Amino acid sequence: MTARDLTTSHPPSRRRAPLTRALKRGSGMASDGHICERRRAAERRLRVISGHLHQRAQDGHAAVSAQECKAEASRANPAKAAPVPKRRHDIMKWNGWGYSDSRFLFNKKGQAEFTGKRYRLSGLILPSLKDWFEGTFGANLQHKSPATPALNVSAVPPPNLNESFVEELKAAGVALSQEPEDRVFRSHGHCLHEIFALREGRISRVPDLVVWPSCHNDVVKIVELACKHNVCLIPYGGGTSVSSALECPPEETRSIVSLDTSQMNRILWIDEKNLTAHVEAGIIGQDLERQLNESGYCTGHEPDSMEFSSLGGWVATRASGMKKNIYGNIEDLVVHIKMVTPRGVIEKSCQGPRMSTGPDIHHFIMGSEGTLGVVTEVTMKIRPVPEYQKYGSIVFPNFQQGVACLREVAKQRCAPASIRLMDNEQFQFGHALKPQVSSIFTSFLDGLKKFYITKFKGFDPHHLCVATLLFEGDREKVLQHEKQVYDIAAKFGGLAAGEDNGQRGYMLTFVIAYLRDLGMDYYVIGESFETSVPWDRVLDLCRNVKERIVRECKERGVQFPPLSTCRVTQTYDAGACVYFYFAFNYRGLSDPIHVYENVEHAAREEILANGGSLSHHHGVGKLRKEWMKEAVSTVGLGMLKSVKEYVDPSNIFGNRNLL
Amino acid sequence: RVYPALRPMTTGIGSSTPNPVLKKRDDFEDVLEERRNSSDLRYALRCYTPALYKGLVPCKASMLKSIVLQSDSLQYVVGQSREAVQEEAALLLEEMAHRLQLGTIRFFAFTLSKAFKALFRGVCVNEEGIQRLQQAIQEHPVVLLPSHRSYMDFLMMSYILYTYDLALPVIAAGMDFISMKFVGEMLRMSGAFFIRRSFGGDKLYWAVFSEYVKTMLRNGYAPIEFFLEGTRSRTGKSLTPKTGLLNIVMEPFFKGEVFDVNLVPVSISYERILEESLYARELLGVPKPKESTSGLLKARRILSEDYGSMHVYFGHPVSIRSLAQGHISRSQHNLLPRHIPQKPTADTQAFVNDTAFRLVRLQEENMVLKPWVLLATLLLQNPDGMDLSTLTEQADWLRRLALAFGAFLDWPDHEPCSKVISSSLALHKNLVCVSGGRVRLVVEELPGAESATEEAGFNRAVSVLSCASYRNQILHLFVRPALIAVAMQTANCSRKDEVFNCFNFLRNVFSNEFILCPGAAVQDFEEACYLLGKCGAVQELQQDLVMSQSGQTTLAFLCSVLDPFLQGYQVVCRYLCEELEENLLENKFVPAVRSFTLQLILSGSLKCYEALSSDLQKNALAALIRLKAVRRVKAGDQVTLKVNKIAVNSLEDTLGKTNVQHINIYLYSSLLNNK
Repeated sequence: MTARDLTTSHPPSRRRAPLTRALKRGSGMASDGHICERRRAAERRLRVISGHLHQRAQDGHAAVSAQECKAEASRANPAKAAPVPKRRHDIMKWNGWGYSDSRFLFNKKGQAEFTGKRYRLSGLILPSLKDWFEGTFGANLQHKSPATPALNVSAVPPPNLNESFVEELKAAGVALSQEPEDRVFRSHGHCLHEIFALREGRISRVPDLVVWPSCHNDVVKIVELACKHNVCLIPYGGGTSVSSALECPPEETRSIVSLDTSQMNRILWIDEKNLTAHVEAGIIGQDLERQLNESGYCTGHEPDSMEFSSLGGWVATRASGMKKNIYGNIEDLVVHIKMVTPRGVIEKSCQGPRMSTGPDIHHFIMGSEGTLGVVTEVTMKIRPVPEYQKYGSIVFPNFQQGVACLREVAKQRCAPASIRLMDNEQFQFGHALKPQVSSIFTSFLDGLKKFYITKFKGFDPHHLCVATLLFEGDREKVLQHEKQVYDIAAKFGGLAAGEDNGQRGYMLTFVIAYLRDLGMDYYVIGESFETSVPWDRVLDLCRNVKERIVRECKERGVQFPPLSTCRVTQTYDAGACVYFYFAFNYRGLSDPIHVYENVEHAAREEILANGGSLSHHHGVGKLRKEWMKEAVSTVGLGMLKSVKEYVDPSNIFGNRNLL
Repeated sequence: RVYPALRPMTTGIGSSTPNPVLKKRDDFEDVLEERRNSSDLRYALRCYTPALYKGLVPCKASMLKSIVLQSDSLQYVVGQSREAVQEEAALLLEEMAHRLQLGTIRFFAFTLSKAFKALFRGVCVNEEGIQRLQQAIQEHPVVLLPSHRSYMDFLMMSYILYTYDLALPVIAAGMDFISMKFVGEMLRMSGAFFIRRSFGGDKLYWAVFSEYVKTMLRNGYAPIEFFLEGTRSRTGKSLTPKTGLLNIVMEPFFKGEVFDVNLVPVSISYERILEESLYARELLGVPKPKESTSGLLKARRILSEDYGSMHVYFGHPVSIRSLAQGHISRSQHNLLPRHIPQKPTADTQAFVNDTAFRLVRLQEENMVLKPWVLLATLLLQNPDGMDLSTLTEQADWLRRLALAFGAFLDWPDHEPCSKVISSSLALHKNLVCVSGGRVRLVVEELPGAESATEEAGFNRAVSVLSCASYRNQILHLFVRPALIAVAMQTANCSRKDEVFNCFNFLRNVFSNEFILCPGAAVQDFEEACYLLGKCGAVQELQQDLVMSQSGQTTLAFLCSVLDPFLQGYQVVCRYLCEELEENLLENKFVPAVRSFTLQLILSGSLKCYEALSSDLQKNALAALIRLKAVRRVKAGDQVTLKVNKIAVNSLEDTLGKTNVQHINIYLYSSLLNNK
């Protein structure tokens, strides 16, 4: 799909009314000209978001909401009217990724399809997925490993409540629940072992109570009461953790309270003079972007989990977005943070853009992973929505050339908003997700392209790899920028391979988690993990880690070679971020999760041995805690411990992450 | 041919358990058999398509040089002074680099086929080893580590790899060859690259050399072959391994540049060594003839002689990754750019050293031993000759002992013992003769028939040392139990810890003489105890280690195995204590000890001709230096030896207490009486 397709699918006229209204409300100061320009920008922005997040043919939907919003302002933006509900399991899976209505399945004909209406892939048939799936994993559609259909409420341990705490909380008017469904939902992140256990209906320690503060002051109250009654608090944002950070420590004897920030989701103000927005930390990524877009702005922070992850979670884990080349990572985006700790509220006294006031206290907060307190409000930088956006892709004869090209792009500091390099396995994976081609002409074109690249240009289909690109900015500058990048690529044997391939690459990141659920229906388990590494070690690290995975699987009795693939997802001046996908068929293994964990452990050892970091953006949680000392030295760990000791001496924030 | 199937795996790499595990050895196939039945020319010209390393970066030999010259690590050493140094580096590389080309290999395939057929009855290779190697070559870069007993070794290696359609290796060779006109270049074109014997502090040379090797390894250019022992062993014993090249080939793994490296020990054993008497003369101080083409041509008379068969055993590939697991932290290289040369840490050095020893032991284990080796052992213990019947009887006894210790013995199964022995003796007729039912060493007779002259002594020594080079092939099997046997005689009581102390002392003294892994005294002791227990020679009774009733024979035999070395070391000590007035120049040491020893022999007070071996003398000196009884003092170009006479004297005394000869005579008579 091209940018033009998107334009035609969203008639601009339909968008105008609500946007104008929103803009007026957002800022009365802006001139008409500005409004006009910004409105256009906002339209583009919406298309962009829906482009890589949502379904293509949304006409019906868009029309309805446009009409409705004239009459009923509060319904204008469904996300605003209905943000994340308290009963998350009403719209989301309790034992898998994402929305309940969206999932992959093999239909009766054995073809893969993606259900629901939310995504570009929704409702489409993916004809080549089955062959890829069976071929890659040695899986078979006859061999199913279905999940437990519904949560067995009786398997959930009864809550261990601190009665006086609950009483005072109720008196303070804070929303709370001790329903098993609510508690189970907040007892896990999305690590493989967590989801696998849920699918098997195994429930371990879960929070005893869920509370929903609606503002900063609610949090202050909750933390005070928690200290007073000595209960354990575990902050919960989007629940997308992949570091076992949300797991309740089984050794915790106090009452565990999950503090769900989802109801603190307002943009409190937008400051157009300084280009900042002050936002409550519970807001989730897609809502934040959507609401800012209505005012013509964006944060540009788009982690792959942005549909579900929250601002507070980003701060607490040092998140990174795919467009960090333009907008920066979370630490670059944050101007001010307010956090409630057992010692009181921590925040800076002003919003100066940079300070020399000793070590930056923000850096105690960012990456604290819920061990010190609850982030309640954040001031973030915002940018006008870019005028123009364009996907792109480049085919390289092999991964080495691709990495060399990315390195050169980084050296010249001309990286597009996003540039990612998939290895050959992942390229083939992406190919398997191509929807059914509607016309003979397109399939003919595909064949022609393939012929050109493999036969005419002599690329080996088993070695070639693809970089996906996303450009943003003024139209003219984007085109210029695009040319610059393609020129560099040409020096490394890269060939431009069209927008479609690029866009599909980004789509893959949003559906990969859904695909894991499909795999688990057929004895295939998998996970992703990441690292950051200096440029000169990228190739060695990728090769060694992938090979280590294959070797460990073999040694541990995995019957079929695993999928072991990587991509370079971020470039920096001094290095890159590398992301690994790893999955295997576990038929014949008595304890697949144990095997899986051993292999992942070995892979992490291999990463560290090859000069990679413990984590680029997933964080440490409890999963990678054992390596913290090695990663930051004994003194470093001691520093962090002493901060924890001062801020939270009774370990109220007792999720036991990190340290 | 089927070999004794079971043997204890005494140095299971990576396994720390001293208890030997039984393991099967592969069967052999004679590669010459096909050569004798089909055209050599067609063989030399046949289609050659070896399986290659999966991560191969295709590149020509000439391209390699420019990759090396442009590499970061070389540029780092070349530094600012660029051009002149860069040029020097290019020249060094020119001198060093191989020019491997298939044409030359084909030439060798043809000519060597002819030569090998003339020289050998058979060239036996374990095919399963070849299959494992083929697999290993495809998976990871491979380093071939053959034992080194003859010039034949590396020609033979390339020949075999060509025969089995395996990737041809590049071979680290000493510079000596380069002076051979034409031949040097031929070797270069068949994959040899040349390194200087010593380049001490020359950083540029080291950088060029190590980068050259590492580039070939990283790119998977070809299997890299070198000799851990550094040079040909003149004595038939394995030499203490050198770790320089091993360090270089391990570094790409330590730095994460390759996933793994496979080390493949290869054991090459000769029934009769081409350089046999040459080596003996060299050990007695006749200088080694300089390698020259004309010398080689003169040596062609050897083509008319029978050298029996040879065996080449490709051991199991040893993964550096598995070895290093838990010993080496690769992340130690995280904080420095990898092209900057770093001295290996003490940990790394210890690991490399340990690995080198383990690999040499693997080579030793898979050396095929011929019946002649047993005969040589017995004949050396009976310098006045033996009755053929006694020899036959004792050989049979020794065969069983060797097998119990796990020897890789090529003893024809279905032939009577006497026949095996007579054919062995026939093959080595230049060393032994049978006359009047008595077997004795052949000593070149002097025209004057004066038996007490230096020359006569020298001639006898040549025979003894030639013979010893065969006996030495089996020493690795006996050395640990023999150390215990001697320790049991020497120790004041039979307490195990007392015996161990004695054992440890002797082991320490002889650690330049035999392959004894540093720091593995306890394992060695337990391994030897196990073997002695298994063959019924000793019993372990709680705290005690006692000789069992039937153990006398075995222990006596084992003691006399070590006897020449005990005596030799004593002679060196005696020389240093009694004869030496002043300090001695190091390069005068060997000649001085030699003439001292010769005088002892001629005067009749010493019977042990092996004490004349310069190899033994040098090892003894190295041990004394290591034990701090002798100090090396450098003054300008000269190195002087300062002797601590008290220390040397006490060492001599201690060695004297072993008093093996006395025990020997007593026990041997008992052996014969028992029969």
